[in-house]
Amino acid sequence: MKHILVIDDAATVRLYHRGILENAGYSVDEAINGIEALEKALVKPYDLFIVDVNMPKLDGYGFLKEFRRQDDALQSPAIMVTTEAGGSDKQLGYMSGANLYITKPIKPNELVNYARLLLGETL
Amino acid sequence: MTAITISNEDFLKFKEFFYRKTGILFDDSKRYFVDKRLIERIQATDSENFRSYFTMVRFEASGNEFQNLVNTMTVNETYFFREEYQFKCLVESLMDEIVSHKKDKSPIRIWSVPSSSGEEPYSIAIYLLEYWSGINDWDVEIMSSDIDTQIIEQAKRGHYSARSVQHLPKPFLAKYFRHENDGYQICDDLRSAVEFSRVNIMETSEVRAYRNMDIIFCRNLLIYFDDASRRQVAEIFYDAMKVGGFVCLGHSESMSRISSLFRVRKFPEAIVYQKPLEHL
Amino acid sequence: MAFIKKTATPIHCTEHDERHTERDFADLVAELGAENETARRWAVRDLTPLPDASQPLVARLAYEESASVRAAILNALAQIGDHAAIAGLIHCLRSEDAGLRNEAIEVLKAIPQHVEPVIHTLLNDSDSDVRIFAVNILESLRHKDVEKWLIDVIAKDPHINVCATAVDLLSEVGTERALPALKQLKIRFEDDPYICFTTDLALKRIEDGSQ
Repeated sequence: MKHILVIDDAATVRLYHRGILENAGYSVDEAINGIEALEKALVKPYDLFIVDVNMPKLDGYGFLKEFRRQDDALQSPAIMVTTEAGGSDKQLGYMSGANLYITKPIKPNELVNYARLLLGETL
Repeated sequence: MTAITISNEDFLKFKEFFYRKTGILFDDSKRYFVDKRLIERIQATDSENFRSYFTMVRFEASGNEFQNLVNTMTVNETYFFREEYQFKCLVESLMDEIVSHKKDKSPIRIWSVPSSSGEEPYSIAIYLLEYWSGINDWDVEIMSSDIDTQIIEQAKRGHYSARSVQHLPKPFLAKYFRHENDGYQICDDLRSAVEFSRVNIMETSEVRAYRNMDIIFCRNLLIYFDDASRRQVAEIFYDAMKVGGFVCLGHSESMSRISSLFRVRKFPEAIVYQKPLEHL
Repeated sequence: MAFIKKTATPIHCTEHDERHTERDFADLVAELGAENETARRWAVRDLTPLPDASQPLVARLAYEESASVRAAILNALAQIGDHAAIAGLIHCLRSEDAGLRNEAIEVLKAIPQHVEPVIHTLLNDSDSDVRIFAVNILESLRHKDVEKWLIDVIAKDPHINVCATAVDLLSEVGTERALPALKQLKIRFEDDPYICFTTDLALKRIEDGSQ
């Protein structure tokens, strides 16, 4: 079973993403911000990250940059999810190490398809 | 009076709140434990029901009830070699890294706060003597502070119950302690290895004397603080530390609820937080 | 044994004595631009109690690159809490820098009494992201009108993500009063699965919790 880490400060968003991804057959852990995400991702390998942009303590860009910097071996893909559609943010997302940058709210089938795509599975 | 109950949705609401504040996540298997303790607190505070209690905890300015809540939801007991994996991390990883950055032979400084009755700083001393070979080449200063002068006196005396030393390997007990009366007396060599002092870590003026720390142990303290106080202590620690120094928190604590000043570092034995070596 | 003891007397008195040699306002402001990060942090600390400190601190924030100095400035502004300080913190909500935005939100959450007078303006800002941040800040406000403001947001705000953020908070602080607006919101965004999910959750929490 593939492991996904959902990183978002909003409890409801975490629950929503968790429900969708678990239904699709993945195992899901949650983190409330970038620091907790690092604490988890540096200890347990994840196959995919779903990362919110705006979070307290360490935002999504900060998490990806630091994670990519600390662990070259674990280059798991990341989907960045944001409320903002600004062009510069998108650029920053990719520069920080996101593989995909999408805008909230996300439809369940969209999330599952993106996850499958990045996990190299057939749709 | 109707019996107080915690509904499923109340539990979920509480679980999310407690997780957000502390990083501790109760899964469904803890439901009974959590309900029981919540009801205890609801009754102890004369709250009408879960909702009024929850509102009170969320908004209480003093944070007193939040502290009570953390107390009842966590085990807070101090004993020798508690959370031993961190002492392993100290001798297997942290000390050597500190030494590798050192440019002179000045002593390595370790600060253990709160000292409580002394089990933690003495455990650090024992671990360094027993497991870190660098102790022969480097001077180490162990400082330990608490806000409570009575507990500091107790720590300085170094007399412990059988319960407090029960996790110590027998040979260490024989080597560093004397069986005395109804307990164990720590040896003078260890007593003189730790410098105890009274400090309120929330007071910048009191903490100013504590500088150039290489490692700070601050376990199971900040979890009781509100967000602003946690951030303030993180600032104070940051200023008290050398660049590249480490902070060790308790096993149920996470820097993710405290501050963004430190980097998350993974070692084989533990996650530790570092004052960045370079500006990121 | 290689343990050594220092007495608990101040270890580096001199460093602090130097710091406290008479440095006037202008010196400290100049020091905010010092090369050394530690010097800048101390300049922030020493400026904080002086009158009119907010303006130079806010000005420095705009190009301060060190995260630790930024954190010190944000904490200082929260501590000062005058008009210029709060305006400076709120200005950060519009920053391009996500880190700065989020730090400002955290700091503003810690000083609800200073945020109350401006929360209404923030909730009606033209930028939907600023409105989301305003809802984030509401989480820590003890004001009696928090629920009413949240209900207003979900009744009127055109932006789906602003409403979603408000519903997330309502599922924790909402009461029966929020039920009609939640039901209405679900109808307004009936095509959106996330809004349906989150409003259902809030409705369930409120209805179940109030029994």
